[in-house]
Amino acid sequence: MSAAPETLAIRPPAVWLRFARALWRTATANAAMMTGIALFLAVVIVAIGAPVFAEVDPLDQDLLARLVPPSPGHWLGTDAFGRDIWARIAYGARISLVIGLVAVGIAMVIGSALGILSGYMGGWVDQAISQATNILLAFPSLILGLMVVAFLGPSVPNLIAAISLATIPQFIRVSRAPTIALRERDFIQACRALGFSPLRIMVRHILPNIWPEILVMGSLWLATAIRVEASLAFIGLGVKPPTPTWGGMIREGFEQILNSVYLALFPSLAILVVVLALNMIGDGLRDALDPRLKESKR
Amino acid sequence: MTDAPVLAVRGLSTQFRIGGAWRAATRNIAFDLYENQTIALVGESGCGKSITCQTILGLLPAAVARTEGSIVYQGRELVGLSDAEMETVRGKEIAMIFQEPMTALNPVMTVGEQIAEAIRVHRRCTKAEAKAEAIAFMDRVRIPAAAQRYNDYPHQFSGGMRQRIVIAMAMACKPKVLLADEPTTALDVTIQAQILAELRDLCANFNMSMVFITHSLGVVAAIADRVAVMYAGEIVELASVEELFAAPQHPYTRALFQAIPRVDETAENLQAIPGQVPPITAFPEGCRFAPRCPMRMEKCAGRPPRLAAADPASPHAVACFLHHDLALEEAAE
Repeated sequence: MSAAPETLAIRPPAVWLRFARALWRTATANAAMMTGIALFLAVVIVAIGAPVFAEVDPLDQDLLARLVPPSPGHWLGTDAFGRDIWARIAYGARISLVIGLVAVGIAMVIGSALGILSGYMGGWVDQAISQATNILLAFPSLILGLMVVAFLGPSVPNLIAAISLATIPQFIRVSRAPTIALRERDFIQACRALGFSPLRIMVRHILPNIWPEILVMGSLWLATAIRVEASLAFIGLGVKPPTPTWGGMIREGFEQILNSVYLALFPSLAILVVVLALNMIGDGLRDALDPRLKESKR
Repeated sequence: MTDAPVLAVRGLSTQFRIGGAWRAATRNIAFDLYENQTIALVGESGCGKSITCQTILGLLPAAVARTEGSIVYQGRELVGLSDAEMETVRGKEIAMIFQEPMTALNPVMTVGEQIAEAIRVHRRCTKAEAKAEAIAFMDRVRIPAAAQRYNDYPHQFSGGMRQRIVIAMAMACKPKVLLADEPTTALDVTIQAQILAELRDLCANFNMSMVFITHSLGVVAAIADRVAVMYAGEIVELASVEELFAAPQHPYTRALFQAIPRVDETAENLQAIPGQVPPITAFPEGCRFAPRCPMRMEKCAGRPPRLAAADPASPHAVACFLHHDLALEEAAE
């Protein structure tokens, strides 16, 4: 009835370790996810090591070298002020990643907390949170971000707040539904019968059961957050110039689009790479976590 | 037997809101549970056994369920306590174990941690103490190599072993009353016997009383001191195991006994009870068993019989006009 004694020596891996292994298995078997991870890591490395990868200061204007096309001195050329585009893209990656990661991180924490609360408590708590979620979801995230930034003014904290607010409802949704399913499971009832407080049940028993789903959502919405940040910068509601942002660079490049197309092209490609990479990772994560999807694909 | 009962249930009724109206799923449930005793609740599926247990622990959602009557645990009224107050009762004073051991454990937490958590929720102690105690409990419920298996996950255990873990969790705070909701139904027969022996043993050692839900009369004989036979939300017969098995009085109880397959009789002699338990929205006016009862009389349809002893000297109570003429309304007056 019990396991043979010799098998007892094998320690079962912790949940996160099992999850990490499942991820690794999927990643190695899934070329798209591998590519996504490689691309995203490359962007992160460029952002962190921006001063190393680009010797020139992204704010340095060289009026003698304006609108230089890609050349050995300036890999990706220079803009209308003679600033090095490669340096601006490298430093711009920092803004995009910091705003994206922090905004999605905040949205993840607040959104999952509200979603679990809503799903577990039910009743008027659920009603209130769900209705608020529906109202927020009625706005496209860009419009919502636009309204908040227009109201508060463009700055890094305000952009983070705007993008978080736009992303929170997604996390509420993705955590509420599985919570409702879990709430009816016997082990949650057993926790209640043992006198565990609702807070303990939500944090210790529900969250660990649904966080893989939240993580998948996080990777997909990180891509959206970066896109929204770039869009806001493009319409002039991003971090103020001269700080380099990808969206801002596209906007500036747009004015020169007829004679120097690469001004807008390169930052666009940077956004494309990051969003593509994150979507590849997100799809891979979902495959790793949803065995049904995996079956149907192979 | 002369001391006060650990748990005294009186006139308990659990009502559900169905289509805007409150409907009683159970009616006039009353029993006493004495220290060190086991009372079995027996009956078909859907007759209110589990609901009664969940009501005792206040586990039903207040939005759709309400409780009337009284549940007194060691002199303290439990009906009407807030959820926060109930949390100090649940697990610590009254614990519950469930039917399905496969789903009663958190799949992403090690079994040891789950037991240790149950210990730490109601008692101040360090993690190391809780761990040591959890291992002691695992040992106590006969998990082999308990210390090594502390870090195993539920899926690494068999059904019987998981039920032992569930029992260890429920025992973690040494409750005075254990509500066991068909804890052996999902297990095969040999494991069932082991778990029953285990539970009996724990009750004796920890001075614990037990409310044991089952639909198997064989299990009743093995574990209970007294039996409450339930039908359609009511207790129809309440007696000691010996009296009930020697002389079942209620037609429903008798029918239950006739529905047990026997080796020495052919299957054709097996008596099924015709019909089925009426749904909560269609309980008959008088005796709820009357429509299926082979000994139905005219007055059975009029008013519900009250649970009372046919012989005033005996504690063997039955709710049937065959044995006495007391009706429920008279009890209320």
